Amino acid sequence: MYILGISAYFHDSAACLLQDGHIVAAAQEERFTRIKNDESFPVNAIKYCLSEAGISLNQVDHIVFYEKPFLKFERLLETYLAFAPSGFISFMKAMPIWLKDKLFLKKNIVKQLKVIDDSLDTKKASLLFSSHHQSHAASAFYPSPFDKAVILTADGVGEWTTTSVAIGEGNKIEQVKEIGFPHSIGLLYSAFTYYLGFKVNCDEYKVMGLAPYGKPVYEDLIFKHIVDLKTDGSFRLDMRYFNYCQGLTMTSTRFDELFGQAARKPKATITPFHMDVAASIQAAAEHIMLTLTKALHQEYQIDALCMACGVALNCVVNGKILKQSGFKRLWIQPAAGDAGGALGAAYAVWYQHLDNEREDTQGKDKMQNALLGPSFETSAIKECLTDNHLRFEELKTSDVHSKIAQHLSEGKVIGYFKGRAEFGPRALGARSILADPRRQDMPAVLNQKIKFRESFRPFAPAVLEEHAAAYFGLEVPSPYMLLVSAINPEFHIASAGESQLSGFDLLKVKRSIIPAVTHVDYTARVQTVNAKHHPDFYKLIKAFYDLTACPCIVNTSFNRMDEPIVNTPQEAADCFLQTDMDVLVIEDFLVEKMA
Amino acid sequence: MDVIAEFFMFLKSRKRLWLWPLFILLFLLSLLLVLAQGSALAPFIYSLF
Repeated sequence: MYILGISAYFHDSAACLLQDGHIVAAAQEERFTRIKNDESFPVNAIKYCLSEAGISLNQVDHIVFYEKPFLKFERLLETYLAFAPSGFISFMKAMPIWLKDKLFLKKNIVKQLKVIDDSLDTKKASLLFSSHHQSHAASAFYPSPFDKAVILTADGVGEWTTTSVAIGEGNKIEQVKEIGFPHSIGLLYSAFTYYLGFKVNCDEYKVMGLAPYGKPVYEDLIFKHIVDLKTDGSFRLDMRYFNYCQGLTMTSTRFDELFGQAARKPKATITPFHMDVAASIQAAAEHIMLTLTKALHQEYQIDALCMACGVALNCVVNGKILKQSGFKRLWIQPAAGDAGGALGAAYAVWYQHLDNEREDTQGKDKMQNALLGPSFETSAIKECLTDNHLRFEELKTSDVHSKIAQHLSEGKVIGYFKGRAEFGPRALGARSILADPRRQDMPAVLNQKIKFRESFRPFAPAVLEEHAAAYFGLEVPSPYMLLVSAINPEFHIASAGESQLSGFDLLKVKRSIIPAVTHVDYTARVQTVNAKHHPDFYKLIKAFYDLTACPCIVNTSFNRMDEPIVNTPQEAADCFLQTDMDVLVIEDFLVEKMA
Repeated sequence: MDVIAEFFMFLKSRKRLWLWPLFILLFLLSLLLVLAQGSALAPFIYSLF
């Protein structure tokens, strides 16, 4: 039986195909259309999923959309009514879109599916709708390695729910608590993202990256005026400080008055004030999530926690939950954002709607290391390289890793394209840019040569799993790069005068023996690589370790700023040619840039 | 029209039929907004708001 899950029309549209409860394929539309966070109906992602299974749409038994449009529309109506007449401008913008388009979602989905396959029998097709948080909860629990777990989903807003708690056991998920709109930790964080001059629903991770440069001097102010946090982790926001219910901005003038400054303009200089605000909202988010998870652990006495939704992409919060909440085991859906909703909706149909038995997990997750996207034939890669006039070397499979390790150790930046593409926002060694983490200048080199991104954002390490505890104090795997952990003090480098530095001057200090992946607070966003689950990437890092005694490498996504991660050999070749990347590896083909 | 009927049934099942008049009002208003985009109806809307 085939089930097709779809998420679309908000951000990060995606498709996922299940066959008898097994993930055949999953992909985000942005990878095909090259529009970052593309929200359009995932025509290309669906076509890819079907081609991976070798089936047509008529062979799909159930098609499921990841949220319920009527419930969302009901929320919009009630919200406008509650805030009328002040929400009129926002209403004028939103309603025509809804009444022209979004309310007719079912019809639109059918129309789009007919574009994919004109022979689709729409009368026979089973089209279902799962709720937003049900989809996310399903994506967090069903593919997890746990037979029983507390499931926490927290994001901006679904239909009505902003935070939900459920208990997953076997094939059942039972929601036990929820916090409703407009009280939302996701929207709270997004409001600060907006205030700091970054893009809402997109740049929240930049706030997280900026936080360690500042001091959380406004945390008390946040809890005194904006957030009323209870001991059970539930909270209410004082809506006088926000404008997202009724206006076209996230925060209100009262918010600006509280912090004593207007919101930062997107290209304006980042000042110590902005760093302190970032540090404060990050500390507040950590405090809220820790209070909530500690209370959940105490109440339900279950030692496993599953998470999904946008807030679960806050790796710093995740690292603290793992160490301080009381939960011994934590699993986070790698496509935690809305893209993962497609996967969760499909799983919700398989287990909840169809009541299929969930077999014993035996402690393994079902995400196949999140390598669920397209891969390419050797002949197609060869043709692409030849067409681009790239002189390539076809390596013996046994030589590939040692050769790449040699290049890495010489300080070269490598575009690495191998096997199936990742599903979710992280590059995990299939569409990655790799570099040597021991070099202090590597972040600047990566930024100047390829990424052109903000200098304050840290790069992340991929480490051999067996070395993760020694280097990062991580006793559990972090295969999806969703946990931040402190670098073991043993590897720190004492630096005189660091305490005198502040702001971006902190970047000048060499902090550890792996400075390129050491953030200014001595932490790193770690990806652990397991020999069995991710053999190719493991062998590569192992080859680097054998050569240098360093068990980790820099792993960042294979793209330039504001572009989606590369999807095809041609896009990889384009990125290689248009940047100063030194080496390109596509499967067993190696291309060196001519001097 | 199917969608409007479906939405009516949805509100009924959710015990939120009190939203129905608002929905109709908004629907008509939005229809007006959609139709008025670049049409001769625009002055009528401006005089309303």
